[in-house]
Amino acid sequence: MNQTLLILPLLWQMGMALILIFCWQRPQYHRILSILGNLLGVVLSTLLFVWVSGSGIQVMNTGGWAAPFGISFVVDRFSAVLVLLTSIAGLAVSVASTTTLLGNRIHFGYFPVFHFLLAGLTGAFIAGDLFNLYVWFEIMIIASFVLLSLGGLKAQLEGAVKYSTLNMLASVIFLTAVAVIYGLTGSLNMADLSVKLAAVDNKFLVRIAGIIFLVGFGIKAAVFPLFSWLPASYHTPPAPVSAIFGGLLTKVGVYAMARVFLLIFPDDPFLNNLFISVAILTIVAGGLGAMMQQNIQRLFSYLIVCHIGFMVVGLGLRTEAAIAGMVFYMFHDIIVKTNLFLAGGLIYQIEGHWERRDCGGLYDRYPWLSFILAIPLFSIVGVPPLSGFWPKISLILAAFDLKQYWVLGAILLGSFLTLYIIGVLWIDVFWKHPKKVEDREGFLYYKNMSRKDKLSMVVPIVFLGAVSLYIGFGAEPIQRLSQQIAEELMHPENYIRAVLRP
Amino acid sequence: MEILLAIIVGLLYATGIYMMLRRSLVKLIIGLILLGNGANLLIFLIGGLVKGNPPIIAEDAHKMEGLYADPVPQALILTAIVISFGLQAFAIVLLKRAWAVVQTDDLDLMNTTDQTV
Repeated sequence: MNQTLLILPLLWQMGMALILIFCWQRPQYHRILSILGNLLGVVLSTLLFVWVSGSGIQVMNTGGWAAPFGISFVVDRFSAVLVLLTSIAGLAVSVASTTTLLGNRIHFGYFPVFHFLLAGLTGAFIAGDLFNLYVWFEIMIIASFVLLSLGGLKAQLEGAVKYSTLNMLASVIFLTAVAVIYGLTGSLNMADLSVKLAAVDNKFLVRIAGIIFLVGFGIKAAVFPLFSWLPASYHTPPAPVSAIFGGLLTKVGVYAMARVFLLIFPDDPFLNNLFISVAILTIVAGGLGAMMQQNIQRLFSYLIVCHIGFMVVGLGLRTEAAIAGMVFYMFHDIIVKTNLFLAGGLIYQIEGHWERRDCGGLYDRYPWLSFILAIPLFSIVGVPPLSGFWPKISLILAAFDLKQYWVLGAILLGSFLTLYIIGVLWIDVFWKHPKKVEDREGFLYYKNMSRKDKLSMVVPIVFLGAVSLYIGFGAEPIQRLSQQIAEELMHPENYIRAVLRP
Repeated sequence: MEILLAIIVGLLYATGIYMMLRRSLVKLIIGLILLGNGANLLIFLIGGLVKGNPPIIAEDAHKMEGLYADPVPQALILTAIVISFGLQAFAIVLLKRAWAVVQTDDLDLMNTTDQTV
């Protein structure tokens, strides 16, 4: 098949953004165009996934310049699944964005920027070149800056200042690492780097480059000492924006770490130990931080931090079982975190405020909605048949095999803290007798919303809930897929051969 | 020349970080700009400095002769400059807007989104 078709999901998202820019004057069409576009995006990325899982790693060299001289796009199973999940989350969020709650943000280009964000994410997942990865990261973060600050509320701008400063700093650090790597090897193609970096004599400098990468990606992935921008900003924009941020932006940092450290860098015990210690601290810090939050969206933001630790720990253990657990956790986390923030938005619309302690009685008033909201909330804990449970088995088994009891303890503690937090949240929001809170003047409560608005809030939650139920109940094929991916990631020879094609 | 550039890169990074750690919004922006320039100079320096031999094949030859300048770092820098230009333009507008809405340019007073209660 023609290799150029490989970047079709990416081109389609960029094309969507351009089409929407051309309809700037007719914002009434943006919603329907965006939903249709994302539907086609899901179809395209499903086709890509079927193609790649059928016939192995696919490589596209731009302009026909063979690697390592041209810029390559490489899709292996890991990339293909992430592209697919991005389009699924994108579809759900674009349905959620059709509510009238976004106000006149749509007149200021909400949807075009949203599609640029999806294009940046897709590009980052399929880039086979380190500098190209940097460029997609930049497209992604500038789109996210705009989405975060669009609307211009005081809290949004305060959050955006911290978010954009630290993300720009992360980009500079990433660029510094790219420069050092280029100086060491004279190449930017990831497969080529993997060969050349292993042959570099100056191991110390390689390690330093690794640490610079770790700091750069660590800021984006929100690991322990570097996560402060995340809870300061993620709760400020409207729920659909928080949802796409919470679901995908930090995961792209973890993806970049996995790519760079499993493919490019040779196995280095020092870096692995660094990963493990950072991950343990991330789990504990995120979990403890979430315990004391009253604002529901901020609580979810800290849970993102906590669960990033589960993925980074898999990278640090660096066995096939651990990587399989990390990959599976990432799939589950993308869907469930997106859903969680949408659920938070729904609770806000019902209650009229974010404060956990002033909520109550949701189960009494909306039994069906409570059932729907229970799916993401308990998936994130990992109550057995739901999706969060299965990847933790792989992680815990891997930690046992390596006798890493600190890791084991941290994973269990993290799960327990999550259980406690979600349990308390469930009691506060759903079971407790409601407190009498003054109705807000001019606030559109859920009960007064039009049928169309109600549907646009509930349908994406049901859709993503169904996806996470599928991940939970159909865990076997996904576990098998994760193990295949782990094997691919741990043995990059195939990747290198596919790209460099001797 | 390399030593001089290395010192300049170090100075740019150091002053950039120092400026970012100040409390003023304007100094934050200056810090980001200095850091971006530092990174670009680092790529330039690390790609190797070659004077007076551009990577152009002479008309009567089939391949490059001698030690020629590596064109890749220059392409990287060009891309990075354009990107950082866009980001800095956005950041300046954002900070101006934030200053107008929050009525302060002291970062320590921009903490309402960090408060738990």
